[in-house]
This record gives sequence, C-alpha cells and structure tokens, in this order.
Amino acid sequence: MAAEAQMAEAQMKVSDEVAVEISKMNKWFGAFHVLRDIDLTVYQGERIVIAGPSGSGKSTLIRCINALEEHQKGSITVDGTVLSNDIKNIDRVRSEVGMVFQHFNLFPHLTILENCTLAPIWVRKTPKREAEEIAMHFLTKVKIPEQADKYPGQLSGGQQQRVAIARSLCMKPRIMLFDEPTSALDPEMISEVLDTMIELAEEGMTMLCVTHEMGFARKVANRVIFMDQGQIVEQNEPEEFFNNPKSERTKLFLSQILGH
Amino acid sequence: MSKDNIAFHRTHMLPEAPPPATETGAIKWLRENLFSSVANGLLTVVAGYLLLSLVISAGPWFLNGIWDSPSLTACREMLDGRTGACFAVLTERWNQLLFGFKYPDELYWRPTLAFVLLFVAIAPVLFVKFLPHQLLIFTGLYPFIAYWLIWGGSIIVPVMALLGVLFGVLVYRRTLTVSAGVAVLAGIVGAMVFWWIAGFVTGSAAGFLALEPVASRDMGGFMVNLMLGVVCVSLSLPFGIMLALGRQSDMPIIKWICVVFIEFIRGVPLITLLFVANVVLAYFLPPGTTFDLILRVIIMITMFASAYIAEVIRGGLAALPRGQYEAADSLGLDYAQSMQFIILPQALKISIPGIVNVAVGLFKDTTLVSVISMFDIVGMIRGPILASAEWNGVYWELFGFAALLFFITCYGISQYSQWLERQLQTDHR
Repeated sequence: MAAEAQMAEAQMKVSDEVAVEISKMNKWFGAFHVLRDIDLTVYQGERIVIAGPSGSGKSTLIRCINALEEHQKGSITVDGTVLSNDIKNIDRVRSEVGMVFQHFNLFPHLTILENCTLAPIWVRKTPKREAEEIAMHFLTKVKIPEQADKYPGQLSGGQQQRVAIARSLCMKPRIMLFDEPTSALDPEMISEVLDTMIELAEEGMTMLCVTHEMGFARKVANRVIFMDQGQIVEQNEPEEFFNNPKSERTKLFLSQILGH
Repeated sequence: MSKDNIAFHRTHMLPEAPPPATETGAIKWLRENLFSSVANGLLTVVAGYLLLSLVISAGPWFLNGIWDSPSLTACREMLDGRTGACFAVLTERWNQLLFGFKYPDELYWRPTLAFVLLFVAIAPVLFVKFLPHQLLIFTGLYPFIAYWLIWGGSIIVPVMALLGVLFGVLVYRRTLTVSAGVAVLAGIVGAMVFWWIAGFVTGSAAGFLALEPVASRDMGGFMVNLMLGVVCVSLSLPFGIMLALGRQSDMPIIKWICVVFIEFIRGVPLITLLFVANVVLAYFLPPGTTFDLILRVIIMITMFASAYIAEVIRGGLAALPRGQYEAADSLGLDYAQSMQFIILPQALKISIPGIVNVAVGLFKDTTLVSVISMFDIVGMIRGPILASAEWNGVYWELFGFAALLFFITCYGISQYSQWLERQLQTDHR
C-alpha cells in the first residue's frame, strides 16, 4: 500500500503551472493530415498516457513537443517558450525536455557513462567530474551502476532502455516524453522499465507516455488520452476512461486491446 | 531392438577418447584446406607446380643479381650470360630515385629528417588512445617544420604562416558567439589579412635563420610522391567531410554548391585536372604571378580526392539510423556538437574501408604527375634514368623497385586501417 500512498501523494503534486500548452496545432506529412486541431494543456507534475491505434498520430504528437517534427499550424508552448523556427530556441526547449525512444537510440560508440555525461558536459557546461557523479546517481537509480563502463551493445534491451531513461534524466529535464518505451522489449524486460517509469512518476516528474501498457496507464496516469485519425477522441481520468468510455471508437479500441 | 522395448539405462560411462588421426593437426588442415575434394586436390597440385616453377625461374634472377656495377653493359659482362638482375641501377641511382636529380646532394638530410619527423607527427593521430594528447601539438607544427626543411628559405615564412593560422583560429573563437558560419568566414578572412600584412615582413627578413632554398622544380623521386600523398590525403579528409555534410545540408545553396562540385570533379579524369593545373590554370591567374607547380598539383589532387571521400562519407552518414540524429537532437546538442560527438565518429568508422580505398588509390595516382613532366619516381625512371647511356634497358629492376615502395606503403595503410576498425569495434557482435 506504500506505493499507492506515494502515488496519491504524487497526484497532489500536480500544480497549476502549465508545462506544455498546445493549441489548434496541425501537422501534415506532405498531403497527409497527421495531426488535426490538437488542443492540449499539460500541467507541471501531470502524468499523461496517450493511447490509440497505430497511425493515429500519437508518436508524432509528442515528437512535435520537442520539435523532432515541425508543426505547420497552431502553436506549441513548452515551459514558457513558444516553439518557432529559431534553432537556439529549439535547442533550449530540447535541453529541458527528455525523450525516451522505442529503439533506445543509445550511442553505440560511447560507454554507458559517456552516453550519460555527453549532453550535460556540452549543453549544460557541467564540469566532467560533476557530470559523472550525476550520471552515476541516475544509473544507480535505474539500478545499473555496475554497467557504467560497458558499451550499449553489451547490455540487454531492458538495461539499454533504463540507460536511455538515465541519460535523459542527467539533463535534469522538466518534462519527460516516452515514445512507446516498452514496445521493442522482450516481455520479461518490460516490467523493469515500467518500474523505473513508475518510480519517476512517484517523484512528481511531468510525463507524457505513448504506450500500449494499459496496466501502467491505470496505475500511474492521472489522464489518459485516446487518439484516432490525428485527433484527440477522448480524454479522462484512467478510472473513468477504462470503466466508462464515452466514444464508440474508444470502446472498440479498449475491447480489442483488453479482449484477451 | 524391438519397437516395444525402448527402455534403456547406461551401466558404465564412456572414457574420453582422442579424435582419429585424420581429425587433428597438419593432416586435418591439409585435408580441409587443400584436398577437401577431388577438384580442389587437383587445383592444389596445379597451383603448387606453378608456384614451384615461378620460384625456379625467378630465383636465379634474384640470387645472381649484381648490386655493384657502373652501367648495364658492365653488369651484363659480370653476369657472363647467366640470368640475373642488375640491381646495381638501384644502388647507383639511389639518391635520384628518392630525391630526384636536381635536389642538392649536400641537402639530402633535410627531406630525410622531414620524413623521419613525419612518423613522429602522425603517430599521435594514428594511435590517439595510446599516446599523450600533448604530442598533437607537434603534429600541428609539423607541416610548417616540414615545409621549412624541404623548401628551405627563411624560417620567418613558415612562422608567419603558422601565426596566420593561429590568428585565424583566434578570430574564429571570438566570433563564434555570433554564429558558426560567420565565425568560419571571419577566421579565414582574418588569416588572409594576417598573411597579406606578413608578406611585407617576410620580404625584408629573407635572410633571417635561412636554410638554403630549393625550388619546387628541383624536387623529384619518391619524395614527390610521398609529399603529394601525405598532403593531399590529410587535406582531402576534412574537405571531404565538409562536402559530405554540405551535401546533406538543409540550406539549398550550400547543398547545390557541394553537389555540383562533387559531381563535376568525379566526372572528370584526374589526368585532365592535372593538365589543367599544369597549363590552363596559368591563363586564369593574373599575369606575372608565379604559382608553384607542386602547389597547383596539390590543389587539383586534393579536390579530386575530396569529392571521392565526400561520397564515401555520405555512404557512412546514410548508414546511420535516424534514431541517432534524433537522440542527439532530443538531448539539446546543437548541429556542430551532434556531428562532432555522435554522427561523424560513427559515420567515419563505417567509412574507414572506403576512405582507405580512396587514400591508397590517391597515393598511387600521384605517379600520374610524371605525365605533366614532373620527375616523381616514375618520371625519374622513365626520364633521366632509362634515357641515360648507362642504364638504357633496365626495366624490371626499376619498375619492380617502384612497385615495391608503393606496395609497402599501401599495405601498411591497409593493415593500419584494419587494426583501427578492430579498435573501434564496440558492438561486440
């Protein structure tokens, strides 16, 4: 029950401070309208799970938040900075927003420790010694400090994904984006990554997760967003979302994903 | 055993036994590698016969070789009808083969010293992990030292050239806060201005700490090949990287400049570019400017090699998964940082075999300068040595020697690159 108490405490930490503000945002890939009139406000400390069928634009949505994808209409404000074409502006936002990818995207030519210290040293200008201490702190947190001197290729998928989380945390981000972090993992390794994410949520990190792990959504999220055809179809608290979905499309999706 | 009776239990364990003789040692190796089938066995016998006859026919040629004789006629007399090589041409014309026929005899120590120092200078680059980084300072100084040693003249010239570079770097650092593009431009302009001003100083101090000057046209032999090879490879690598990145750029003008340059240079034979360097370039320069021939050739070969290296590196860049770019971006690294720390180290590692291919090819192509009447090693052999009364007709020994020099160098480069690839392998496949 301690975990639930902690989670309840984390719920309290959701503040009125806006972390991400998306309004009337549209995006096209060529002629294909991927995101249509997205309106979304994320408050500091919120944990949002984004679900939906493949091709619904959920990954594209969170990739727009740190400008990995450019949006063509509407506005995105991250931590008070409006995303524009100015590259310095974009780099500043990116250094405040951590991102974890489906395929980990660790740097294979650098050791685990170097993976974690590179950005703090060169973007944050942290002294090397201090950056290494921070890195070891977060590697301990994701429970793999002993792998610090190995290369990513020597680690299992679950370990690599935990390193990827630690690498993002080393930048001390205000917001974390997760793009299907467990989809490329063996079933046995999913839980170790989810545990790390749950721990992060308990500490009050603002999180946006694209995931198919509905158990995780139930336990951790304070809002679940369902997307289809580039638009937000339904959003609600997890309890209501799972037990009492309003739209037909959501019902169909849930019946398929929870059917067996 | 009947079908019903499948039960079995072991009463005693089998002891470990040695494999049969046909499965061990030399016999196994012979059987697997030389006589694995009838056809392979036949091929082995035929190849063995050919090898043996080669050794029997070429052996005496090497063993009876004459190493000391003033001319081919004298050599033939000493051989007295036996088969044998006239290696004497190598010993007698040794200095010409290495330094050309006009480089002053008493100054041979200067290019020799520059050659020895070359190894000191490239070692810290080649073995970056094993040698202290401070040694790289010498690598940076080496081009200026080597220039001073080989061409001679006042030390003021290379010192001013070096100071110009340092001044350019200083300007670059100072303007970096504005933007990277502006900083590069400002750095280049700064260095140019410095050199222009320094031109007045060097003119008046020509005698200061001067080595006896040697003109470019007096240089020849393998020295020229080495100079062209080393300079052009080390210049074409950074230019190739810039061209490859430029070709991937989002900025259309930069992209098109790079594409046109690469496609044009790749579409033209090197020999044409060399003729351009030799003859045509003079028409485009203001009259009266003396533009050193070696410098012109260096520019042309560098342009040629850069275009090829750019395409090799582009292949490496294309082989990297998009995720690497995205991960670098998502951490807030700017373009220069993500290229320097994430993209290029991986892309260059993938490109090593291709880059070495270009480098080795380029090094051998330096012999093409003999066509535009420069006396590199091939030019020396075809010109002054074979045309002389003493050595007219000695082909095998001379060209064999040239081939040996190139083989040693290229094989060394190839072996180093394979070692480097193993060093950089971190994926533990």
